[in-house]
Amino acid sequence: MRHIISILLENEAGALSRVAGLFSARGYNIESLTVAPTEDETLSRMTLVTSGSESIIEQITKQLNKLVDVVKLVDLTEGPHIEREMIMLKVQAVGDARDELKRLVDIFRGRIIDVTESSYTIELTGAGRKIDAFLQAMPRKDIIEVVRSGVSGIGRGDKGLRL
Amino acid sequence: MELTGADIFVRCLEDEGVEYIFGYPGGAALHIYDALYRQDKVKHILVRHEQGATHAADGYARATGKPGAVIVTSGPGATNAVTGIATAYMDSIPLVVFTGQVPTMLIGDDAFQEVDAVGITRPCVKHNFLVKDVKDLAMTIKKAFYIATTGRPGPVVVDIPKDVTADITEYDYPDAISMRSYAPVTKGHQAQVKKAAALITSAKRPMIYTGGGVILGNAAESLTEFVRTLGYPCTNTLMGLGGYPATDPLFVGMLGMHGTYEANMAMHECDVLIAVGARFDDRVTGDLNKFCPHARIVHIDIDPASIGKNVPVEIPIVGNVDGVIKDLLKAIRASKKKPDAEALAAWWEQIEEWRAMNCLTFDRASELIKPQYVIETLYKLTDGDAFVTSDVGQHQMWAAQFYKFDKPRRWINSGGLGTMGFGLPSAMGVQLAYPDALVACITGEASIQMCIQELSTCKQYGLPIKVINLNNRYMGMVRQWQEFFYDRRYSHSYMDALPDFIKLAESYGHVGMKIEKPGDVEGALKEAIATTDRLVFLDFITDQTENVYPMMPAGKGHHEMELGPCSQVVSTNRELA
Ligand SMILES: Cc1ncc(C[n+]2csc(CCOP(=O)(O)OP(=O)(O)O)c2C)c(N)n1
Repeated sequence: MRHIISILLENEAGALSRVAGLFSARGYNIESLTVAPTEDETLSRMTLVTSGSESIIEQITKQLNKLVDVVKLVDLTEGPHIEREMIMLKVQAVGDARDELKRLVDIFRGRIIDVTESSYTIELTGAGRKIDAFLQAMPRKDIIEVVRSGVSGIGRGDKGLRL
Repeated sequence: MELTGADIFVRCLEDEGVEYIFGYPGGAALHIYDALYRQDKVKHILVRHEQGATHAADGYARATGKPGAVIVTSGPGATNAVTGIATAYMDSIPLVVFTGQVPTMLIGDDAFQEVDAVGITRPCVKHNFLVKDVKDLAMTIKKAFYIATTGRPGPVVVDIPKDVTADITEYDYPDAISMRSYAPVTKGHQAQVKKAAALITSAKRPMIYTGGGVILGNAAESLTEFVRTLGYPCTNTLMGLGGYPATDPLFVGMLGMHGTYEANMAMHECDVLIAVGARFDDRVTGDLNKFCPHARIVHIDIDPASIGKNVPVEIPIVGNVDGVIKDLLKAIRASKKKPDAEALAAWWEQIEEWRAMNCLTFDRASELIKPQYVIETLYKLTDGDAFVTSDVGQHQMWAAQFYKFDKPRRWINSGGLGTMGFGLPSAMGVQLAYPDALVACITGEASIQMCIQELSTCKQYGLPIKVINLNNRYMGMVRQWQEFFYDRRYSHSYMDALPDFIKLAESYGHVGMKIEKPGDVEGALKEAIATTDRLVFLDFITDQTENVYPMMPAGKGHHEMELGPCSQVVSTNRELA
């Protein structure tokens, strides 16, 4: 099962490598990992997407909690939550394909953020699955460059992951 | 008062109550060494190799329960220390290891003797720090000792660039500390304790399996009361020996790969397993698919990540083992429920039948020295009261089987990492902590050569360790596996070109003794024990062909043990009624 784990991390040098090192040392999967500072500059927020059996996910959360730099952690997939990922995609766009692409971007509620005579750069935000679907819909041979931000997520409701 | 970083370093050690620091100097650590020179509170022990420093501090920590302290220089000093850090990490030993580092402005430039010590040690420490500003030094050292010694203990590395040790700031050592990101759970969940108490008293074929956590958590006394109150059988892991008195009738010996027949069979047949401060290591469990097939499991541990890691557990209790055992006893007494006496008597009858197999027998009529006999004799002559360190191999297993530890913190070995070279330097740490105690290092001719240089340290500080070298001219444990599993192809396990250990010991200024006949074993050991002021190196020329039995080969279950040629072999996989 795919899990989205949200972590409040001490904003210290080396904290990120401890998390990454844990995953490689113990052979866990990382599908994506995003990290950035929060409104409190001593803390970073990390979102980690991983997959594994229930017992592996339990070990992952326990091992993460054991890291001294991890302040708080929640498995977002255990409750209602919102997941977002941003993609920037550069595609070849010439002739008739330009209109076709424009329509596709509209259907997925994306935006074209840069245009040349022969290309579009598209921005699109959504849950990981929507991004996957959009990429599937794109003619593969036309893709010049794909940049995905990795997933970030937040729990629904009025409660937040904070100190 | 304003002090340099180096002086702050020394003051911090003093304020932490550090008695000994084990180390080796070098460029990046020279300011610190100068500060050590100018004081006399913290005693520095100069080893001969940084691996020795970490093992010595580790031995000190295991024997005393206090954290061990180490100082090494940058680059090769740090890398040499890594084996000892990893050894301590695997066995959850509290160490604080200080590594010198090149000046902050040179970090990242491939400066002379620069390594990324924080990066190299990251996977084998509980936590580590790079101190970039002298203002953070005292607080970081405080945190390091706090993290190393609380929760599930472990080594912490503090990397200190040279300029930080020269910079000046106000010294102020914090009394207490709290960290928002680190707050180990100590008290067990009371609802879980109650549930566990009910399950424990309902057992018909109970088994108590305890590990290093009982030693580290100073829970031997409460464990003993717990076991005796219930009258249940108790087994210890290699790391847990001494957690329950080995001479007590309720003790069924060590379990696992070279555990006793009765301990392993009782594991296989038990209906309730109470695991205390143990981590279900593969050398203990054997094949997980065959592990304790009838048992409902209670697991008590300070580390939540240890629970349910290898084996699913019905009742987990996270907490300090000593406190949880006391809570359990209280809950059991309060419930007024008594174990089923009839079922327990039948269970003990079965266990005694297994015990009667005498799985730890060896050929006493042999004309060659049997290694087991040496350890048995050492045990008798020391009344089981010595501190025993060991290296890794057959001798380690025989020591665990034949020296009966009644007290915790007496058996000091590298169980998790299995580090050859651990025995002698760890014995130095023990002997420094207990100058008048008898400290024996049980070793093999291969292991001892991995840190033999520490004989020089022993001379310098007058450490009267007794080195018991069980010399079988082979990496015995490797040879045994090659005999069993590689059709006797003894690939590179013969120890050729051995030194004359007697002359070697003498050249370091110690006493050397060579013992070649069984009849001389006792006399030699007596003489060595009576020599209280010198290190004695006893080179026992033992039977080369001896193997460690019983054995549960890797990938087998507890009920699939192989007994030695001296034990009667009976079918071990029959089912209990
Ligand atoms: C540093 C290190 N290298 C290799 C090993 C693998 N190993 C385990 S036991 C052993 C042989 C030990 O021989 P010896 O010290 O003579 O003890 P014996 O088994 O003969 O009692 C070896 C090589 C190890 N445990 N540690």
